[in-house]
Amino acid sequence: MVHRPRGNVPDVRIVVCVKHVPDIQSDRALGESGYVVRDGGDGTLNELDENALEAALVLAEAAGGEVVALTVGPEDAVDAVRKGLQMGADEAVHVLDDAIAGSDVVGTARVLAAAITHLGVEAPVDLVVTGMAGLDGLTSLLPTALAALLDVPALPLAAEVSVEAGTVRVRRNLDHATEVLEAALPALVSVTDQANEPRYPNFKGIMAARKKPVTTLSLADLGLSPADVGAAGARTAVVEAVARPARENRVLINDQGDAGTQLAAYLVENKLA
Amino acid sequence: MTDSLVLLDHTADGTLRAPVRELVTVARGLGGAIHGVWAADGAEPDAETLAELGALGVSRVHRLTADADLHLSAVLAEALASLLDATGAGALLATSTFENKEVAARLAILTGAGVVTDADGLVVEDGRLVASKTVFAGTWNTRCAVTTPLAVVTLKANSVAVSPAEGGGVPDVVDHAVAASAAARRVSLVERTERPASGRPDLGSAHVVVAGGRGTEGDFTLVEELADVLGGAVGATRVATDEGWIGHDAQIGQTGVTISPRLYIGVGVSGAVHHRGGMQASGTIVAINSDPDAPIFEIADFGIVGDLNAVLPQLTAALRAQQG
Repeated sequence: MVHRPRGNVPDVRIVVCVKHVPDIQSDRALGESGYVVRDGGDGTLNELDENALEAALVLAEAAGGEVVALTVGPEDAVDAVRKGLQMGADEAVHVLDDAIAGSDVVGTARVLAAAITHLGVEAPVDLVVTGMAGLDGLTSLLPTALAALLDVPALPLAAEVSVEAGTVRVRRNLDHATEVLEAALPALVSVTDQANEPRYPNFKGIMAARKKPVTTLSLADLGLSPADVGAAGARTAVVEAVARPARENRVLINDQGDAGTQLAAYLVENKLA
Repeated sequence: MTDSLVLLDHTADGTLRAPVRELVTVARGLGGAIHGVWAADGAEPDAETLAELGALGVSRVHRLTADADLHLSAVLAEALASLLDATGAGALLATSTFENKEVAARLAILTGAGVVTDADGLVVEDGRLVASKTVFAGTWNTRCAVTTPLAVVTLKANSVAVSPAEGGGVPDVVDHAVAASAAARRVSLVERTERPASGRPDLGSAHVVVAGGRGTEGDFTLVEELADVLGGAVGATRVATDEGWIGHDAQIGQTGVTISPRLYIGVGVSGAVHHRGGMQASGTIVAINSDPDAPIFEIADFGIVGDLNAVLPQLTAALRAQQG
């Protein structure tokens, strides 16, 4: 990503990376080769990416900018960027290519980095925003890996984000400390579910979304080879996946006046207290 | 047989974080030498800590210093990459904190390492490292092989029982100083505030957790009393933290702290899917809720449909009597 002086371009250009994931309320599963089943028909925009879209829209509205929703995934994944358009993003990009199937986080990051670089040729990208994690894998690795490949500073896990005079500042709540980080744009930020309350698309937004451009790109469009991504490029492999059996010997009681005592006995008996 | 680096997470005053002991125990199973890495960010490892690490099997501690703040993941990652290179270790083990996952992601790009996060076990099998981990909110068990020569693995707390090494000694301490790149310095750490210790075990690694939800209606007194009699940590649902009844660092849930204690007790917790995702892999799940349809009862080993204001005092008193 190259930060170039402004010409006839919006004040801030933000790319939001979103992911289409199996609905967490559904029966999620791993298939025979150890890959997440993604064609079950109940995919949805990753809930945490709604916070990312909201953060980007707020920043773009304040600065007079534009928001591009970007995703990489199989055919259904376009629904994720369409939702972004409905919320208010200006354009959508979907990278779709069979060779991408089976990508690990680095492969996925490579594709997103190439797409962002491609978008940057048209007009410089100032900020990349992502959710803090996909609710399918929950590794939280992608945002930092993507920033490293783009060679821009990363400010992940933001509970608060602000941009002023070409600098982005975030406040983040870590496991044992809170931090305030700052960096000059261009940069990458990931936001948590504490960062904001995502807006619901209204009827006007849903109608307007139908007219906004959705571009589909392949690996060839991005100058990437199948060897860089997909199962071929993956550095980990699931060698075994088994659904955990339901818990056995479960007890459920209504309190008739001594449930507390019964529970105490259960805990002691099972050496838990 | 793989030599490994173990990241020795510690508090600001130099106390080793509990789950690190599990990392060293796991590292022993890899068969090679165990190198501890201590980021010297103001606190030093004292003699007692070194002795303990030695008893667990650490043969050398590398004291990392840099000309930039090691709290910045970009700086720490560069330092660790340099150390991996210098030691020839085939694996880096770290606790599953968000900061360590940032470091892991950077190491993947810097070194070509394969990364597994939130593992609960790690072994060498047919010459490669295989991690075990549960996915989809603890509903699936998987085994995941790393197919690159170098592996970076973060492990969840409460995964393995800590055990001493046979014939451990006291590790020597060597300095490893690194100059951070310009790229690593692009992020400024404007402010960092450590959270004060609560006097209770750390939520992320406690063996027992008592969590309060909407049913407590903001009063955590009974939850805290129960936690104290069990020697456990206090957690909460998103609802409770959003209402301001307790700090955000108590939130259990996929975007908060993910826990897998031996014993989890949900008090007035309905068991919404986000919360379940943060605790479903717990050893024994106990739930107390006045709503018989609360989803948490679908996964509880012991469920009580009742008023927590009646059940908890009775439970706490009975447990106290047992201890007396």
